[in-house]
Amino acid sequence: MKTDLLKRKIRLHPRRSVALFLVTAIVLLYGVIYPNLSVLITSFQRAGNWTLANYREVLSQQFTIEAIVSSVGLSAGTVLLCALVGLPLAFLFERFTFPGRRLFAALAALPLVLPPLVGTVAFIFLCGESGILANGIQHLFGLQNPPWRLRGWPALLLFHTYTMYPFFYVLTGAGLRRIDASLAEAARSLGASRSIVLRRVVLPQLTPSLVAAALLTFMTSMASFSAPLLFGGDVRVLTLEIFRARQRGDFVMAITETVILALISLAALIVFQRYEGTRRFAAAAMKGAPRRREIIASGGARVLAMIAGVVFALVLVLPVATLFLVSFAQEGSWTTQTLPSAYTFANYRRLFGDPYAAEVFFNSFSMSAIAALAALLWSFCVVTLLRRRESTRAFAGESWRRLLSLLVLVPWALPGTVVAVSVAEAYGKPGSLLGSFVLVGTFWILPVVYFLRFMPLVVRALQASMEQVDPTLEEAAGSLGARPWQRFVRVTLPLVWPGAVAGTVLAFVIALGEYVASVLVFVPANRPISIAIASELRDFNLGTAAAYGVVLIIIISISMVVAGRLERLRG
Amino acid sequence: MPLLSLRNISRSFGSTRAVVDVSLDVNQGEFFGLLGPSGCGKTTTLRMIAGLERPDTGSIFFQDADITHLPPERRGFGMVFQNYALFPHLNVFENVAFGLRARHNDKAEMADRVGGALELVQLPGYGKRGVHELSGGQQQRVAIARAIAIEPVLLLFDEPLSNLDVSLREETRSELRELVTRLGLTAVYVTHDQEEAFALCDRISVMVGGRLMQTGRPRELYEQPSEISVASFLGRNNLIKAMRLSSSKTTSGEFKTLEGGHTLRLTVKHEELAPLNKPVFLAIRPEHVQLSTNDHDAENSLRGHIREIVFAGATSTVRVDANGLVIEALVLRTNGLEVNRECSVILSPEHLTVLKN
Repeated sequence: MKTDLLKRKIRLHPRRSVALFLVTAIVLLYGVIYPNLSVLITSFQRAGNWTLANYREVLSQQFTIEAIVSSVGLSAGTVLLCALVGLPLAFLFERFTFPGRRLFAALAALPLVLPPLVGTVAFIFLCGESGILANGIQHLFGLQNPPWRLRGWPALLLFHTYTMYPFFYVLTGAGLRRIDASLAEAARSLGASRSIVLRRVVLPQLTPSLVAAALLTFMTSMASFSAPLLFGGDVRVLTLEIFRARQRGDFVMAITETVILALISLAALIVFQRYEGTRRFAAAAMKGAPRRREIIASGGARVLAMIAGVVFALVLVLPVATLFLVSFAQEGSWTTQTLPSAYTFANYRRLFGDPYAAEVFFNSFSMSAIAALAALLWSFCVVTLLRRRESTRAFAGESWRRLLSLLVLVPWALPGTVVAVSVAEAYGKPGSLLGSFVLVGTFWILPVVYFLRFMPLVVRALQASMEQVDPTLEEAAGSLGARPWQRFVRVTLPLVWPGAVAGTVLAFVIALGEYVASVLVFVPANRPISIAIASELRDFNLGTAAAYGVVLIIIISISMVVAGRLERLRG
Repeated sequence: MPLLSLRNISRSFGSTRAVVDVSLDVNQGEFFGLLGPSGCGKTTTLRMIAGLERPDTGSIFFQDADITHLPPERRGFGMVFQNYALFPHLNVFENVAFGLRARHNDKAEMADRVGGALELVQLPGYGKRGVHELSGGQQQRVAIARAIAIEPVLLLFDEPLSNLDVSLREETRSELRELVTRLGLTAVYVTHDQEEAFALCDRISVMVGGRLMQTGRPRELYEQPSEISVASFLGRNNLIKAMRLSSSKTTSGEFKTLEGGHTLRLTVKHEELAPLNKPVFLAIRPEHVQLSTNDHDAENSLRGHIREIVFAGATSTVRVDANGLVIEALVLRTNGLEVNRECSVILSPEHLTVLKN
């Protein structure tokens, strides 16, 4: 019987791989290739003819040039300021230890959990001209006018630095932890001073982290929308121009500007990948010594570090604390006072009692859940294809694999505005891919956009988990008689699910607070939380807007803790 | 009929030719070794036997059935990996039971067989332990138990002892051999350690640079290497470049060494293989080289002076320079030998081998 079994010839990659390949290809075609191509094509067409007229027109307008320059300038300035704040903090927390260090270090990443719109709202409550700080100073010194106005360049740079410096802080911190301390020790033993060690040993090794942080900051800043919308003043940025053009009904201009914004973002990504490709810092495989943190011993320096830590923590926490405070303010009780004069639970009661609010929560939860779960399933397809040698050999080689990872990354590299505009453009009218079905105007447009925007996160998370799984484990399972699906269910899945779920949770909570893309394509049937916040704000229901924000922050924080636990489970 | 046959197997990775035209037979009940330096293609060959890698060309037969394209899970070969590849999320019992579950074995029978396998590797009662709680040696035993629990028709080992420290390695080695013999299993064993291969294997194939150089019993390989690569890989060897002088068809041939210009006489069967006036290599093991401080008239006695004496405990290595030809000798005692002293080096004809180029 055994020989009988052995005599049958089996090809290693049967239908399963074909199915995976088809699913992956279809999603990429519908979600990435077709929408982006349609935007590109439309931008080069007028009345059915190929032309550069759209670009000529758009670029001849003073405010478009201004928007491009402002967007790039704002992003460059943001990168610089974030580096100036994030780097020293990373060094302080990674290299020294002092009372309260752990607490401050944990707080330092706080802005990362703030959805951009919620952060913007909190910032206005705290730093706006009628916000707590300005008002307090005005009252304290009996000034006629508020001491400042939260408007324009300084406001944008300040807010961007507050929300994006964690990229530098987190990535450089991780980079510093990876550096083998024995390298610095070797340099010292060779006679190098501390400053030479920093310049010639530590910084060169940090470069990859710095480049990654700079890119992330640059692209996030290019995509920034809420802050320019709410307190950008006269500063025109591309995301805002696209939004306004669509609101005016000038779709051609919106699309042409979208292409320009997409190109700038992709250019940044390409520069970064080039850099990564040319300068590889192979982590030395030798057994390294982790660096121990220096204890700040001198009493004066200790106090100073503590004070700096407390001030820093206050700066970080104040906007969120303000949001909490305002969420309890009775509507209409906070006009010219420094602090709201009357407090109530009414805002929260409204949130949990009002059918409108319930619908908003239901919309956001269901759409985010659909997008995140779809992203989880799809990421298994992609990662399996990227990983399996046989299947990629059957369909394609290394270059195809690279193309696949690139296509998966594209929606991540593109600003949310671009993703929304391209999906709207591609599926706004009956087309060749969907027949008579028009996606725009239905409930499903937002789940689709959320999926596209955040699936790269899940793919990345799953890929990272998969890379930690020793490939010989699956081989061992195979040699013990487990079929491919048994190998997957009994070996791979138990080992990767914590990472995959952590990535999915992350995608879910980010989608929960999504605003940039939602504002472009939402319909009454799928109004998400962010749109509700914006409309409460417009109606001066500050307390309700804040309460929405607080609920979001709480959900996000809990989810992040859960995701963090899961990450650790993996190790 | 051999149990397993590899026929002209080749496999490339990109432009690297990992395995080139390898053919070999493994017989029922044999402990077969694949020996070679790292990167010689031995692991790739083993992985092709296991079905984890497919050959570009060539075929693999098991009991006369072509299994070249059969997936690993349908071969029924047990494999022990170099890093053990124990499933970190399963305990010892579940690791050993893994293959049985894949076969949907009956519960009670499964418990029996897992218990039996753990007993065989002397880890009874370890079932509930997590694999991370075990020492390296114990993990190794679990890996072996897991492979034998499925009652494999062939057992494959990929350098299973290389992660153990020296004393444990020797102990495990003899236990392993004893276990395989007791269960009447056939094994293919990959290693780069010649001592290990010699101690364990009935027959060994030596692989160098993706090619199979020589197959034979350990003693055969050691004493009559046919290739330079085999001779230099298996233990220390003096390689002497020389040219054949006489064309007589007698059992002895005369060779002139290129260094030192000595004349050496051989009584070897390979002698016919050596063409006239073309340099070939002669080989002699250092332990077969005799040293003498007296003037010696023995055959193939060369005068030289001692360059270096390296003490290594039980033995010492003496390097002698005979008019430019440096010969290494392994001696038990260095009585009377001193650096710079003259002595005779005797390369007895029966220990000199002519190598294929």
